[in-house]
Amino acid sequence: MRLASFVLGLAFSAAALAQPAPVKIGMSMPQTGSLGAGGKAALLALQMWVDDVNAKGGLLGRRIEFIVYDDQTNPALTPGIYTKLLDVDKVDLLIAPYGTVPTAPIMPLVKQRGLLLMGNFSFQVNHTVKHDMWFNNSPWTDASSWSDGFIHIGQKAGAKTIAFLAADQEFAQNLANGARVLAKKAGLQTVYDQNYPPATVDFSAMIRAIRAARPDIVFVMSYPNDSVAIVRAINEIGVGDSVKLFGGGMVGLQFTPNMVSLGSSLNGIVNYNSYVPGVKYPGIEDFLQRYAKRAVEAKVDPLGFYLPPFNYAIGQMLEQAINATKSLDHRKLADYLHKNEMQTIVGPIRFGPDGEWASPRVIHAQFRGVVDKDMEQFRQPGRQVILWPEQYKIGEAIVPFEKARGK
Amino acid sequence: MLFGILVGCFYAAVSVGLSVAFGLLDVPHVAHPALMVLGSYCTYLLGLYGWDPIVAGIALTPLFFLLGIAIYRFYYETFERRGSDAGVRGLAFFFGLAFIIEVGLILVFGVDQRMVEADYIGKSLSLGGYRIPWRLLVAFAIALLLTAALTLYLSRTFTGRAIKAVAQDEPALRLMGANPVRIKQWAFGIATAVTALAGAMLIVVGPVEPSLDRVYIGRTFCVVVLAGLGSMTGTLFAGLILGVSESIVLTLFGASWAPAVAFGLLLVVLGIRPQGLFGR
Repeated sequence: MRLASFVLGLAFSAAALAQPAPVKIGMSMPQTGSLGAGGKAALLALQMWVDDVNAKGGLLGRRIEFIVYDDQTNPALTPGIYTKLLDVDKVDLLIAPYGTVPTAPIMPLVKQRGLLLMGNFSFQVNHTVKHDMWFNNSPWTDASSWSDGFIHIGQKAGAKTIAFLAADQEFAQNLANGARVLAKKAGLQTVYDQNYPPATVDFSAMIRAIRAARPDIVFVMSYPNDSVAIVRAINEIGVGDSVKLFGGGMVGLQFTPNMVSLGSSLNGIVNYNSYVPGVKYPGIEDFLQRYAKRAVEAKVDPLGFYLPPFNYAIGQMLEQAINATKSLDHRKLADYLHKNEMQTIVGPIRFGPDGEWASPRVIHAQFRGVVDKDMEQFRQPGRQVILWPEQYKIGEAIVPFEKARGK
Repeated sequence: MLFGILVGCFYAAVSVGLSVAFGLLDVPHVAHPALMVLGSYCTYLLGLYGWDPIVAGIALTPLFFLLGIAIYRFYYETFERRGSDAGVRGLAFFFGLAFIIEVGLILVFGVDQRMVEADYIGKSLSLGGYRIPWRLLVAFAIALLLTAALTLYLSRTFTGRAIKAVAQDEPALRLMGANPVRIKQWAFGIATAVTALAGAMLIVVGPVEPSLDRVYIGRTFCVVVLAGLGSMTGTLFAGLILGVSESIVLTLFGASWAPAVAFGLLLVVLGIRPQGLFGR
């Protein structure tokens, strides 16, 4: 009996030894807090990539083990989580959490340890750190890449003055600081400039102040909870008949539940986006169809236009670099990512020296003809009319803002 | 100024339940905002069946009253009756409760923001070119009614006076033949029932998500302590002071300074009047 157990044990050990150790990929992802909704959808896309690769036999013949922790959209938690991923979980590769605020605190850690980090929709977190093994998946690079389109559309509509409303945190302030310089360069006079704290309950007073300042353009840089409250406040208070363009950098208006809940209140807003129906990238429609099925089961953003394709692209870029270099060496992978164009479902991506896209592709689209309580309408091209960049443009902005809202 | 008054009344309304639980009963009820968010989600659920949010909030109060009684009973049996360090352990209990509520809401509803619909949401009252959101006016009216109702209840009814007595001198109440634990249990039930209505107001004023309670912990405790522990009228005035000062600071110095106002005011008041503005 004892001998039989010993033989069986040996057999199992041999089988375990024959199985190569998995490639461990680790990250934190907001699953709760203000970025939780986006984080859940993004995580599903990454999980889809892991499943796809494992179904094909893994990376370098090894299965992928995906280790993820919830950072609660709390930047204070991410350094601890990434230290645990490296020192306790012993991961082979790292992916950054979704968002600027949770990512910024881990940049010194990865630079100090000389690690490859795949960025995840953050904005200018490598601007001062200057880590040469950072590669962001977002279609923007600096404030100019993000704001140029919005300011250009406003100027084309005859704008001479601008108002800024920005959340008092890393992402919005990075964007606002750049946008202020750009507006000045474009000869726009700033008539209102307000930063607000992240826990702001109501925006009525600020919207009233904007209305009193009578700007031509209102550039808003907000996080999801604030974006919804701001849209509600403009619906109630109104921004006045002087305003030609409203929006720009409102995070959260890309998420399906918010779009459906806000419905017709969105009409007229011109906001940034990463992907809207009508833009053709090879493979994206197949991905979105597969995603939609799994999103229903996972109870996450059912359309998934904003983050999921770009998260899947992170996996595709890692896969391409690992297969080409046949290595998990961070330096070799970083060199490959610097030198080669990556083929992804969000189009070809080539990185600049700072690890951001060499050719940014931020879309500015105007909500039009949106009706209440209808999710399916957002699958059709035309509910978000692309105004910028030129290569994807399908219409001109309807101005002034009140007219675009149908009021 | 007007928006400051409206938002201030809203602050008072979301703090008045805590004023009973923490101010009068001395229970470190840090789960108060989490229960309020639970109230918001219950209102949202009833809203799916066509219920008006405020009607839903009122309808939920008996259920929340029973929930409050159950929570207090558990807290009393496991912590309060066991001695002097019950306060610290009680704090851990209520943090745990808040965490369970938050995680439970995430599991059931997900992390997306939820909103409700009503005739007074998304519309405003026009007064000579000045537009005031109806949702803030509704919150304002409910805050006034809630404070008035609680003040009357605590001063005019036997149980209300007993609740005040248990806060002031528990042994004396026992000598009068009343059971302090049952009185506290009843009071905690009322404090929790109020969170149902406060939760309805919360989702009327803005969208909610499961972790929203974290935003309100600091503000609600600030209002209650600023008011003077256990003072209902004081809670209303403290909320108003907070809302108006935030509004003035926002206009004169910028919105980023607004959160510093709450705690700055608290420090100044506690320095001058440690018992709070309306405390005895």
